[in-house]
Amino acid sequence: MSTATADIQERPGAESVNYLNANYGIKSWFLTFDHKRIGLLYLASINLMFLVGGIAAVMMRFHLIEPQGALFEPETYNKMFSTHGIIMVFFFLVPSIPATLGNFLIPLMIGARDVAFPKLNLLSWYVFITGASLALIGVLTGGVDTGWTFYPPYSSLYSHTAVTVVAFGVFIAGFSSILTGLNFIVTIHKMRAPGMTWFRLPLFIWAMYATSLIFVLGTPVIAITLFLLALERILHVGIFDPAVGGDPLLFQHLFWFYSHPAVYIMILPGMGVVSELITAFSRKKIFGYSFVAFSSLSIAVISFVVWGHHMFVTGQSVYAGLVFSVLSFLVAIPSAVKVFNWTATLYRGSISYEAPMLYALGFIGLFTIGGLTGLFLASLATDVHLNGTYFIVAHFHYVMVGGAVMAYLGGIHFWWPKISGRLYPDLWARIAAAIIFIGFNLTFFPQFVLGYLGMPRRYAVYPAEFQVLNVMSSAGASILGIGYVIPLVYLIWSMKYGPVASANPWKAKGLEWTVPSPPPTENFAEIPIVTEDAYNYPTIEAHQYPDAPGVARV
Amino acid sequence: MMMGLIHAGIGSLVATIGLQPPAASTISSDVDHLYYVLSGITIFFTVLIFSCIFVFMIKYRRRSDDEVPVATHTPLAVELTWTIIPSLICAVLFVWAAAVYVRNSRPPASSTEIFVIGKQWMWHLQHMEGPREINELHVPVGVPIKVTMTSQDVIHDFYIPAFRVKKDVLPGRYSSIWFQATQTGTYHLFCAQYCGTNHSEMIGWIYVMSQTDYANWLASGEKTESLAQQGERLFSQYGCNNCHVPEGNGRAPSLVGIYGKPEKLQNGETRVVDESLIQQAIITPNSVHLPSYQPIMPTYQGQIDSDQMLQLIAYVKSLGSEERNGK
Repeated sequence: MSTATADIQERPGAESVNYLNANYGIKSWFLTFDHKRIGLLYLASINLMFLVGGIAAVMMRFHLIEPQGALFEPETYNKMFSTHGIIMVFFFLVPSIPATLGNFLIPLMIGARDVAFPKLNLLSWYVFITGASLALIGVLTGGVDTGWTFYPPYSSLYSHTAVTVVAFGVFIAGFSSILTGLNFIVTIHKMRAPGMTWFRLPLFIWAMYATSLIFVLGTPVIAITLFLLALERILHVGIFDPAVGGDPLLFQHLFWFYSHPAVYIMILPGMGVVSELITAFSRKKIFGYSFVAFSSLSIAVISFVVWGHHMFVTGQSVYAGLVFSVLSFLVAIPSAVKVFNWTATLYRGSISYEAPMLYALGFIGLFTIGGLTGLFLASLATDVHLNGTYFIVAHFHYVMVGGAVMAYLGGIHFWWPKISGRLYPDLWARIAAAIIFIGFNLTFFPQFVLGYLGMPRRYAVYPAEFQVLNVMSSAGASILGIGYVIPLVYLIWSMKYGPVASANPWKAKGLEWTVPSPPPTENFAEIPIVTEDAYNYPTIEAHQYPDAPGVARV
Repeated sequence: MMMGLIHAGIGSLVATIGLQPPAASTISSDVDHLYYVLSGITIFFTVLIFSCIFVFMIKYRRRSDDEVPVATHTPLAVELTWTIIPSLICAVLFVWAAAVYVRNSRPPASSTEIFVIGKQWMWHLQHMEGPREINELHVPVGVPIKVTMTSQDVIHDFYIPAFRVKKDVLPGRYSSIWFQATQTGTYHLFCAQYCGTNHSEMIGWIYVMSQTDYANWLASGEKTESLAQQGERLFSQYGCNNCHVPEGNGRAPSLVGIYGKPEKLQNGETRVVDESLIQQAIITPNSVHLPSYQPIMPTYQGQIDSDQMLQLIAYVKSLGSEERNGK
């Protein structure tokens, strides 16, 4: 089947009917139930949010070039970092890979015609843009200055900014996560093609499954928490502020009960993408399939019991500190296992270095640093010194940007020919990947040092001794910003001018590569029957051809 | 010994190139040693992973599009090795970090106490002897200092990087840290929990002085009553002494020696009498009253500000120590 469709695709001038050209007009997009089109609706919306959050970040870094602040009053700076955090976390990172690549790929990868509940899927996008619009309205009309963490009693009874509107936006967007998670869980359970057993699933699907579990179990808690916050803010019901009979630490427990698992909502999908990229560009089976698959699940489970490591310095009891510390070390193990398995997959592979692979390798390196610096924060004694400083900022940006965003970009590049039916200029893509890698490290590495030196985060002005490192970081941010703009330009360019892509330009395994690029609306003319494991790339046994030149390098 | 020398070596190296904050308390070096080892582990594994990637990238690069790689299998032993080794490293790190943390979690009994009130956007620091400072704190070198802190409004965080200590300062309750400075000098005090518009200006200085300089500094200031004396005055001003008489009567418990003692409350809960409980008893007396007394104490909510609260607490605490001294 795959060869036949590929032939049709490559015949010049023969434009086949696919999900993009099956029908036209605004209605055909905004009322679509096609998981692929919904994925693209999400892609456009979250990239817009990334742009907003990114502009706020660039402004912040400009401001911090001078110790007394180069651009804004402290009030404006506070709104800037709050906007950056809220938009990036709740409206970009959380939905990023699941809502775009997850929507687009899950049915294609498991051999289904759509997700289990296509209408629910469209609803989830409308819910998301409602939440996102509210948040943007809040940000543009007065802004919000609480940071993305919304800690009361500051957020409930002290801040004079648009906290209620923005928190309500986050609250609403949470329901889109729940709907997406529910849809994915049912789809993965019930819609797999004949022969697609659990242990033949691509690891991206395992990662999506683990992520969906967190969506469904964790998101209600943040929704409740923000609802209680609004109650206190509007009606002065004493929940969190002790002046009206509340407990400020209660909020932090509830908030981190969601927001720590949410960190894994952001990174698990990235891990899934990287498993696909590493295998495709080394043409090898993943090393330790079941270890990688189960590490995703164990991360999802353990992530629910580590929230207290955000609260070592809040005055929580020493015993609680000990328990959360040991559990936080525990969650590091499955992440380490993944890194080792990816690296081992490269061993004796047939490795090529197109842009998606560069992103994947960048991910492994940066995630390694992000993960290892997490050990400093799981360690009680060092966390006391580093908590609340730039060390934290550097650590989670290595995981969230060096990890999640790298994987997102790698995934977009890898599946772009499938999504758009076009190829992008690979040289430009490689240059952009290199610029992003360099800019990223220059931005965030100095922040580890700043944190150890004691510079607290969220400071609009700072002592002059920290200036050199801040200027380095700001210089890196401008490079990083340029790096992010380049793909936007050539990917949009490629939609019209890029060479037409074949069904499987990377010669990768996986059902999504057996259908034409772009796929037809119904994905599969016939539902495929799966007879082999994931990543079943042809290999030879070492003992068969010990010295065959150009083939077997042992 | 050898390790100690290596650590000291690394310490002076990173300090010389400006990559280390001043280390000026008894726990600074404990934290720094752990920090160096963590950095070492991070560098080791980062270099390991990066080198593997680079070597494999070059050695196994694709030479022709039709080449077929050699199969690798997944030996269980390999998976177990790279699961168990990181687990062991994590176990060691956990125990080490926890040991340092637990050892430093309790202030020595001989500590000198200082009260701190955080409010948007300044630090209020109160010596037991009476002097009060704003955004500055003078302390003697070589003496353990316990800092008891509360907030008047939102959550703040009391952070002295040079001492490697930090703790949130919460409204409605008291938290504490302690430190013992090892070197005279001037060190940063930061608020490390975002607290609103001028959060980044809620900063100050810690002046560590030799013990004689400190004694001179205390003596040179305006003569003030001690915090407990000020509290005693308030105690009679608000009429507390009408019911809370030292020998006790039917109306209210004696407060002599009550600080630090566990008390069984009317609601069945047993709580140690600490700063938070004393505050609660003044603000909402009926929520913590003792079973053998009638709940007749009026609330003082809104009448007593946080400075006065500290004075009253200091007075109640001083009653405890007088009793102990008397015995």
